[in-house]
Amino acid sequence: MSKITIPLGPQHPALKEPENFMLVLEGEQITGATVNLGYNHRGMEKAAEERTYMQDLYLIERVCGICSHSHTTCYITNVEELAKAETPKRALAIRTLFGELERVHSHLLWLGVAGYEMGFETLFMYTWRDREQVLDCLEMLSGNRVHYSINTLGGVRRDITAEQKAGVLKRIKYLEERTKYYISLATEETTLLARTQNVGKLPYDVAIERGAVGPTARASGIARDVRKDDPYLIYGELDFKLITHNTCDVFGRLVVRALELMESYKMIEQILNNLPEGPIAVKVPWRIPAGEAVNHYEAPRGEDIHYLKANNTDKPERLKVRAPTLANLQSVAYMMEGGWLADVPLVIAAIDPCMSCTDRAVVWNPKKGKKEIYGWEELRKMGIEHYKRRGVDFTKL
Amino acid sequence: MTLDSTLTQLAYLLIFPGFLFLALYGMYLQWLDRKLCAIMQNRVGPPWFQALADFIKLLAKEVIVPDAAESRLFRLLPFFAMAAVMTALVSIPVGRSALFGFQGDMVVVIYLLTIPTVTFFLAGWSSTSPYSTVGAMRVLTQLFAYEVPMMLSLIGPAILAGSWKITGISIFFAANPILIPTQLLGFATALVALQGKLERIPFDIPHAKNEIVGGQFTEYSGRLLAFFYLAIDMELVVGAALLSAVFLGGSLGLTRWAAIPVFLAKTLAITFLLALLKVLMARIRIEQMINFCWKYLAPLAMAQVLLDVFLKYRLG
Repeated sequence: MSKITIPLGPQHPALKEPENFMLVLEGEQITGATVNLGYNHRGMEKAAEERTYMQDLYLIERVCGICSHSHTTCYITNVEELAKAETPKRALAIRTLFGELERVHSHLLWLGVAGYEMGFETLFMYTWRDREQVLDCLEMLSGNRVHYSINTLGGVRRDITAEQKAGVLKRIKYLEERTKYYISLATEETTLLARTQNVGKLPYDVAIERGAVGPTARASGIARDVRKDDPYLIYGELDFKLITHNTCDVFGRLVVRALELMESYKMIEQILNNLPEGPIAVKVPWRIPAGEAVNHYEAPRGEDIHYLKANNTDKPERLKVRAPTLANLQSVAYMMEGGWLADVPLVIAAIDPCMSCTDRAVVWNPKKGKKEIYGWEELRKMGIEHYKRRGVDFTKL
Repeated sequence: MTLDSTLTQLAYLLIFPGFLFLALYGMYLQWLDRKLCAIMQNRVGPPWFQALADFIKLLAKEVIVPDAAESRLFRLLPFFAMAAVMTALVSIPVGRSALFGFQGDMVVVIYLLTIPTVTFFLAGWSSTSPYSTVGAMRVLTQLFAYEVPMMLSLIGPAILAGSWKITGISIFFAANPILIPTQLLGFATALVALQGKLERIPFDIPHAKNEIVGGQFTEYSGRLLAFFYLAIDMELVVGAALLSAVFLGGSLGLTRWAAIPVFLAKTLAITFLLALLKVLMARIRIEQMINFCWKYLAPLAMAQVLLDVFLKYRLG
């Protein structure tokens, strides 16, 4: 049978964000796959250099719609480290609480997306309905459903009242029941097992070699979790298990995420029941002393790394974000090869990709043989000219 | 043939139980299926006129024929699909008996119901885009998976009734309702095979949207797509009617007008079962479907045939 090359994306129903996968098919089986990045570059790192530390907080939150709290917390830890600010304990606890609520909402979202990608729409509808509960919690606590903006320089914006605490605990109880049901569903439903077991295999060595992170790595038997390896915020004081699974397939990733949900519920209860007393924020100077800081954070999708360089002004000199999806994308090409076309959406979804976090741009000039980095003004000018050539003139607006 | 009898014949073909009834009832069943799924999935679901509104909207849309496609074939295929499904209904009893039944009409109906699938394949193949091509190959692969269990499970009741006429089979079961429960296994296999024929979850592999976008219909638009969808809705009615006539005793011996509610009740019940199958499962892979159909479904259908041969022998 002759080979067909099928483009999966940049516009495709299986992808929620533009990204391109070229698949070489022999019948239904994949003999080659390439991943092409770069459809979603937004110039955020550059933009961060033009804004103050406080403004950056809101910019960094918009790196990702799902792990918004992960990025801001990682960024703010860097800022506070450089400013040598003593963040109050209560603020750290509230940040941890939001981190876990975010993980719950992200994992439930993933469960729904996985259901959708394998054509199990009922699972999708059910999990997304239940996800509303945790979104309600977040809205009740912060006023927002997705971009909570709870972090501020030196602490958090809002305190938690006893009433809110009771509301969150009640909803978490309900979610715990539902998650138990999903775990039994995931381990018993025949068609679901048929679609996930032995699909998208990523053996232990390959996962290490390709630097997989988060649930993708943990489902390949790698005990890697920043919360355990290098406890930040108040994770050192919490009692939770590091979930791993050794099937190395999509089923393992599903089980890891489902069991992590149970751990998150446990942690949320612990945090709320032992919330330290005290202020929720301290004052941090607008100018941050010169220096460099690197921090990592266990986002729902894996290890998120932020690097920050300050130059004694109110704006950062350089900010670098390494989102977990970038670490995991290397594994996707491996997981797709030799598999079935029908499994591709699921394999891609199984790393829980977040393309908008990941895409970066560097200009490589082959004539000069060196990298060129453009400034904000140049990028803006290039953008305007690009659209002018296509008949759209933004300068008139 | 007098003018009067010609008019009656035309009314039969165009209004009831022909084109108009089939189209409207098909749309109703499509809506019911969507509504039932929505309720089972904890959603609100579409309003009652959604299927008709979709149809009218698609009719108003532009038809785009790909340059690389064989234009005439591309335009004719939806009508072939619809015509084949409508012709099949001629031999399936909607009331007490079919419009035109004859010995061996079951084979003809099975044949006519295969034509839409073949047109789906040709539609995908003639569109020449990669997604359509993969979809077309899947349509044909899937056809070989469900067609045999479908035919085997229809043969059982025919053997027991000693008739190859669908009306004859339903009259036989109406006369011997005690034998209907013995056909349960065949009914179940036929139901699953019908789900495959209609390309619904877990067998919606040819147009699995997360994998190959629109599958065989990717390049279709406007009224051509509308007629394909209409043909699929009609196929649902015809499939349900066929199952109710062959396995459930059709109208249970009631006369013409009293038979209609029985027909409606049975087809609605079958639609409910199909909707239930749809919400309970994930879509399986094409090779898993072939394995399932040949390893489990076909032997089960064969067991029903053997049971029917045995019963026939015992009953004399």
